[in-house]
Amino acid sequence: MIAIIDYGVGNLFSLTASLRYLGIEAEVTASAERVRKADKLILPGVGAFADARAKLDATLLTPVIREEVFSGKPLLGICLGMQMLFDVSYEYGVHSGLGFVPGEVRSLTKDLDDIGVSLKVPEMGWNSLKILRNDPILKDNSDGDYVYYVHSYYVPEAEHTLASSAYGVSVSGVVREGKVYGTQFHPEKSGSAGLKILRAFDELK
Amino acid sequence: MLTKRIIPCLDVRDGRVVKGKNFTSIRDVESPVELARYYNESGADELVFYDITASYEGRALFKDILEEVAQEIFIPLTVGGGINTVDDFDRVLKSGADKVSVNSGAIRDKSLITAAAKKYGDQCVVLSMDVKRVDGAFRVFAKGGREDTGMDALEWARYGATHGAGEIVLNSIDTDGVKGGFDIEMLTAVTDIVNIPVIASGGAGKAEDFAELFRKIPKVDAGLAASIFHFREVEIKELKKLLKAEGVEVRIC
Repeated sequence: MIAIIDYGVGNLFSLTASLRYLGIEAEVTASAERVRKADKLILPGVGAFADARAKLDATLLTPVIREEVFSGKPLLGICLGMQMLFDVSYEYGVHSGLGFVPGEVRSLTKDLDDIGVSLKVPEMGWNSLKILRNDPILKDNSDGDYVYYVHSYYVPEAEHTLASSAYGVSVSGVVREGKVYGTQFHPEKSGSAGLKILRAFDELK
Repeated sequence: MLTKRIIPCLDVRDGRVVKGKNFTSIRDVESPVELARYYNESGADELVFYDITASYEGRALFKDILEEVAQEIFIPLTVGGGINTVDDFDRVLKSGADKVSVNSGAIRDKSLITAAAKKYGDQCVVLSMDVKRVDGAFRVFAKGGREDTGMDALEWARYGATHGAGEIVLNSIDTDGVKGGFDIEMLTAVTDIVNIPVIASGGAGKAEDFAELFRKIPKVDAGLAASIFHFREVEIKELKKLLKAEGVEVRIC
């Protein structure tokens, strides 16, 4: 069973529907017991970083998630949920993340300005994935698969990036550290390319 | 780079997809769920569902349809029609919408755009504008294109873009249903002044119209159409092949 962590952030309809469609058992929960019992965890998220972090902490699940991750339970963060896996975010101030994956979350606007590239922010729409490293979570995907992004902050491509997308800068699309995974895009909104990633996550050992 | 998006729009009334010409003479097409499945197979990048029912029964039917579609189709879904309050956002988001489009409701109460953006994020708020030329100016129309609000369309677009709208759907009443191509002049005027995605609507009659749109307005993000897709006059797969051959970045799947 996959526990989708419910901390009052974002719309979970599509995510639960996509897992159900794939025949994957999942439940939306804020219960520590269910999180401990689950085989895998998904951390969703839409909205602002600081607000989401505060809401997650308010559920008192943060230490539970930490324990489960340190004992080797796979975790998938999606969109803002992926950004929260990192050390720090510069969205409206400086905020610490969960620190499961080394790196920082930066402003797309600022970094595009710095290199003199004029692109709309948020990045909203379909972009292609460049697969940088083979990984079980991408086993059924191909280089060039299109996935659906909606975001104003991003994690620059670095050593933990499994796949990236070009948007003026190189945006981390899929990241991994140990059994902690993250996708900046929404796999539950990315057609068959996204469903393949969700299925591969479920099949992780 | 981001791809240009192709978006079929389904006007749903009493549980069926309908299509009119110049906002009148509506005719019945088919089941929205069947049509959504077909579009999902053929490579649509998003779907827009417009609820044009007024009755309570019609609204309940719309909710069922939306939920059925959202349970099996995993591309972004936008819902519009009858969105007047933040509670209306809540209602459709809970049934599987990813974005919500506001039109007359935002004209009546501008603060709806900001209130919804604060609660759900800018990416969730789509400002849909029905625009027509009146005395040489672009004027915003309300109530499905029936009522001239007297508002200037460019000012309204700028207001929306700076007050929480994450996207604009610009529908030209002048070209809607005519099938003579998108309203390049009107779209250029709007894309020049806002820095959020603009979706072109109204006037597509053939695949080449989309090619012309993206060629003439590189800043436009998406093309939306209804009847030419519903009646299979343009197949999205074929359309994307054509666009790709013309050097337009599109999602081929």
